[in-house]
Amino acid sequence: MRKMAIGIAALAATGLLLAGCSSTPTTPTPSETEDAIDASGVTLTVWTDENRKPAIEAAAAAFEEETGGKIELVQKNFEDIRTDFTNQVPTGEGPDITIGAHDWLGSLVQAGVVSPVDLTETASNFAPVSLDAFTYDGQLYALPYSLETIALVQNTELVGDDAPATWDDAIKAATDAGAERPIVINTAGQTGDAYTMYGFQTSFGAPVFVSNADGYTSEVGMGGDAGTAFAEWLGANGEKGDGYISTTIDYDTNNELFASGKAAYTVQGPWAIEALTADGVEIKVNPIPSAGGETAAPFVGVQGFYVSSQSKNALVAQEFLTKYLATYDAQKALYEADPRIPAWNDLATEVSSDPVIAGFVASSQNGVPMPNIPEMGSVWDLWNAAQVQIIKGADPASTWDKMITDLQALIG
Amino acid sequence: MSVPNDTASAQAAPPSPAAPASAPSEPHGRRWNGIGWGFLVKLAIMGVVNAFGIMGIFAAAQAESWLICGAAVVLLLAADIVYFTKRALPLKYLLPGLGFLLVFQVFIFGYTAYIAFTNYGAGHVGSQEQAVQAALSQGERRVEGSPTFPLAIVEQNGTLGFAIVEDGQIKAGSAEAPLGVVGTAGAAGAPTEVPGWTLVPRNDIISDQALQQEVIALRVPISDDPNAGSLRTNDGSSASIYQSTLTWDAEAQTITDTASGTVYRASDTGNFVSDDGTMLPTGWTVHVGFDNFLRLFTDPAMIQPLALVTVWTFAWALLSVIVPFAMGLVFAIIFNDERIKGRKILRTLFILPYAFPAFMSALLFRGMFNAEFGVINEFFFGGVNIDWLGDPWLARLAVLFVNVWLTYPYYFLVCTGAIQALPADALEAASIDGAGRFRQLRSIILPLVLVATAPLLISSFAFSFNNFTIIYMFNDGGPAIPGAPYALGATDILISAIWDISGVNGGKADYGLASALSILVFIVVGLISALAFRQTKKLEEYQ
Repeated sequence: MRKMAIGIAALAATGLLLAGCSSTPTTPTPSETEDAIDASGVTLTVWTDENRKPAIEAAAAAFEEETGGKIELVQKNFEDIRTDFTNQVPTGEGPDITIGAHDWLGSLVQAGVVSPVDLTETASNFAPVSLDAFTYDGQLYALPYSLETIALVQNTELVGDDAPATWDDAIKAATDAGAERPIVINTAGQTGDAYTMYGFQTSFGAPVFVSNADGYTSEVGMGGDAGTAFAEWLGANGEKGDGYISTTIDYDTNNELFASGKAAYTVQGPWAIEALTADGVEIKVNPIPSAGGETAAPFVGVQGFYVSSQSKNALVAQEFLTKYLATYDAQKALYEADPRIPAWNDLATEVSSDPVIAGFVASSQNGVPMPNIPEMGSVWDLWNAAQVQIIKGADPASTWDKMITDLQALIG
Repeated sequence: MSVPNDTASAQAAPPSPAAPASAPSEPHGRRWNGIGWGFLVKLAIMGVVNAFGIMGIFAAAQAESWLICGAAVVLLLAADIVYFTKRALPLKYLLPGLGFLLVFQVFIFGYTAYIAFTNYGAGHVGSQEQAVQAALSQGERRVEGSPTFPLAIVEQNGTLGFAIVEDGQIKAGSAEAPLGVVGTAGAAGAPTEVPGWTLVPRNDIISDQALQQEVIALRVPISDDPNAGSLRTNDGSSASIYQSTLTWDAEAQTITDTASGTVYRASDTGNFVSDDGTMLPTGWTVHVGFDNFLRLFTDPAMIQPLALVTVWTFAWALLSVIVPFAMGLVFAIIFNDERIKGRKILRTLFILPYAFPAFMSALLFRGMFNAEFGVINEFFFGGVNIDWLGDPWLARLAVLFVNVWLTYPYYFLVCTGAIQALPADALEAASIDGAGRFRQLRSIILPLVLVATAPLLISSFAFSFNNFTIIYMFNDGGPAIPGAPYALGATDILISAIWDISGVNGGKADYGLASALSILVFIVVGLISALAFRQTKKLEEYQ
C-alpha cells in the first residue's frame, strides 16, 4: 500500500522538526502515584519500531519503577507490524500492546485482534480528529499520539511567503518568478500516488468513500461529475496537457528538483523536509491550494497504540496506556523521539512555534482522516493506476469511470 | 636413515591385517567397550538436543498445537533410540537430514497445501470462539453520557462483583444480581468497605491472569431492566455503563441482536450472516475445499489479463535463460582464445554484474530508464523522451535487458569452465577433418557444453519463472494493463500477479488464495523441469 512507503519515508526522516521546541510544559500531569498498582511479576510485551523505542522506554521506566511490573519492548520494522500482529494474536503469540497506524483499524477489527480502549476523561486532551481516526463503528480502539499530513511547500526565494489560494494562482506565481518547473508532485514514477493527489481531488468534492455521521461507509464516493471533473483536471495538467504533473517524478526526483531550486512548489510531508532543504532552499509550508473550488482536504494519518484482544494482562495493559502513555511527559517524549504533529493538544500548540510545524498543523486542520475501513486496502492499486494512465494521456472520463466500476466490483 | 624404520614397520605389519579383516562385518558401535571421549561428546550433544526437544514439546503442548507436539515427540524419541542403541547404524547418518527434510520441506509444503483449502486471510484469521468474543466486545457500546465510576472489585461466596459509590450510597452487584444499595459512603471515590462483600485487592487481580480475564468479562447489570445496560471495566479501577445488544447462542450457532431482532447465523464461509446479507466484521477460518483453486477460472474478468500474464511469464522465463546463455557462451568462446592478452583481468571484469545485488541493480536501472531524467535516454538517445517504463513493450524489453545484464556473467563463468574441460583432441580431429568454426561449435562444443550446463539451465528457468524480486523492484509489474482487475501490469509474471491478487501487501490479504495459486505455479514449474530433465538424458546419449 502506498501509505506504507510514506510511513517508511517518514521514519527515515527526523531532524529539522526538533528545532523549535524548548518552552516549558504548561499543564503538568496530575500525580497518579496515589493508586499505583503492584504489578510485580507481570510482563507486558509492547511492539514498537526503532524510532519510537527510546520514547516508550521512558514511559516503561516510570511504569516499572512505580508498579514493579516489567515492560518488554520488541523492536520490529514498522511495515511488518500489521501483518505480524494480525497473524500472531489469534495464536496467542502476539504482544499485549502494539504501535500502529489508524488506517489498519478496519482490518484489525475484521480480524478480531484489537480490544476497545476506554480513555475516559483523558480523551479531551487529544485532537478530536485523532480520536475519530481510531474510532470504528462507534468505539475507540487505540490511544493516539501523533498526526501526519502533507502540505504545500514553497520556495520563498522564488514565490515569497504568501499562500496561493488556488492551483492557478500557484502556477501563475511560479511562472512569473521564472521557475523552471512551477510545481513538482510525486507520482511514485509509473506506480501512481493517489495519496499525494488526494488534496486536489477533494477540492473537486470527490472523496474516496462517502461518509456519514458514523464515519466512512463502504460506498465509493469519487465517481460522478465531481470525479470526472478531477480526472479532466488531471489530464489537462498531465503529460499530454500542460505537463505540470508527470509520471517521471518519483520521491527522490521530486525532492531533488525542489532542493536544487528548479521547482517553486511541491506537495510533501514533514518527513521530506530534510531532503527538500538539503541545499539551503528557504521554505514556507502552507495548506494545499484548491484546484476545483472547494477546500483541499489531504489525508490525515494518525499513529497510536492498540491493545491486543488476546492479551493475558489486559487490565495492566490498559493501565499502562491510560496512566503512563496518555500523559504530557510521555507524549512529549514520543514527539522528541519521532517528531510529527502531536495528537496531545497542549503539545501541538507548543510545537507550533516552529513555522514549518505550524504549516503542517494548518494543513491537517483542513484534512480528513484516511478511511480506516478494511475496503481502503483494496482501493490503492486501481486508484493509483487510473491516475497514472490519465496523467500519461488516456481519456480522463472513461478511464476514471472504468476505475470506479472495477473498484465497486472489487469491494462488492 | 629411515630405511631401517620402514622395514621394521613392514615386518611388524603382517599380524595386524588379521584383525581388520574380520572387523568390516561388525559395526564399530559393537566394538565399543567403555566410555571414551567420543561418547562424552555424544552425550553432551544429545543432552542439548533433548533439552531443546523437550522445550519444544512443552511449548507446543501449551499452545495446544498437537500436530507439532506429536511430531516433536516422535522425532525426539527417534533421535534417542537411534543414537543410544547399537542397531540401525545407517540411520545415524540419515536422521539429521531426514529431520531437516521433514521440518523445512514436507512441513512447509504440507502447511501451504493445508492453507490453500481454507479461507485463511483478512477477516478469517482466528477460531470461531475468537470471532464470537470479538463480535460481542465490538457490539458493546458505552452508554452516551455515562459517567466513569471509581470501582472496587468485591467477592461474595466465590462470586465476583463490582462495587461503586453513587450519590453517597454504596452499590454492589454481580453478574447474576443487579447493582443494589448495600450501605452509605462517607466520601466519593471507590468504596473502601462494602457490607456483605469482601474487597478483592486490585493487586491480587493484576497478578492473576485468570482473574484478570474474569474481571474483564464481568458485566454487572445496573438494574433489573436488562436494557438499562451494565457496568464493565477495562482497567479494574474504573467502570462505565455499557449496553450490548448482541447475544450468542452456542446451541443454535447464532448471534442475535436483541434491539433489532436480527439473527446472524454462522455460515459455511466462516462469517456471521443475517438473512438480509449483512455480515458481522469478524469471521473465522473454515475449510473451503477447492474454492480457492477454482476462483480464478470462475471470474470472467480475470481470464484475459491472467492469460496475458501467463504468456509473458513463459516468454520471460525462456528468454531469461536463452539470451544470457547465448551471450555467455559466445563471450566464453571468444575470451577462451589464447591469442587474447590479459584474459584473466577481462574475465574478472565480466563477473562484476553477477557480484551486484539484484534488487539494487533493479532500483538503479529503474532510475536510469526514467523517460525524462534517466541517463539511458540522455546518453544513448540524444535526450529523446522514450517512455521505457510506461510503454508495455518497452517496459518488457527494459526488464529483460536488466535481467540479461545481471545473469549473463553467470553463464559466462559456467561456459568458460565447460569449454576448458572439452577434450582438445576431438576439436583438433574435427579441424583436421576440415570442420569450420561454426561446424565445430554446432557439432562438438554446443552438445558437450549443454550436457554439462543443462541442469543449470533448467534450474535457472525455474528461478526466472518465479523471479519476483526483479519484477517487483524494477517497475512493480507496471505499466498497468488498462482495465485489468487487481491492477495487474504488463511486466507482471505469475508470482507477482499472485502477490497483487492475494493482496498480501494491503489490508485485504487472502492467504488461502495465495497458497492455492502458489501450488498451481509449483505444479507448472515442476512439470516443466521434470520434462526438461528427461530431455537432458537424451543429450547424454549424444556422447
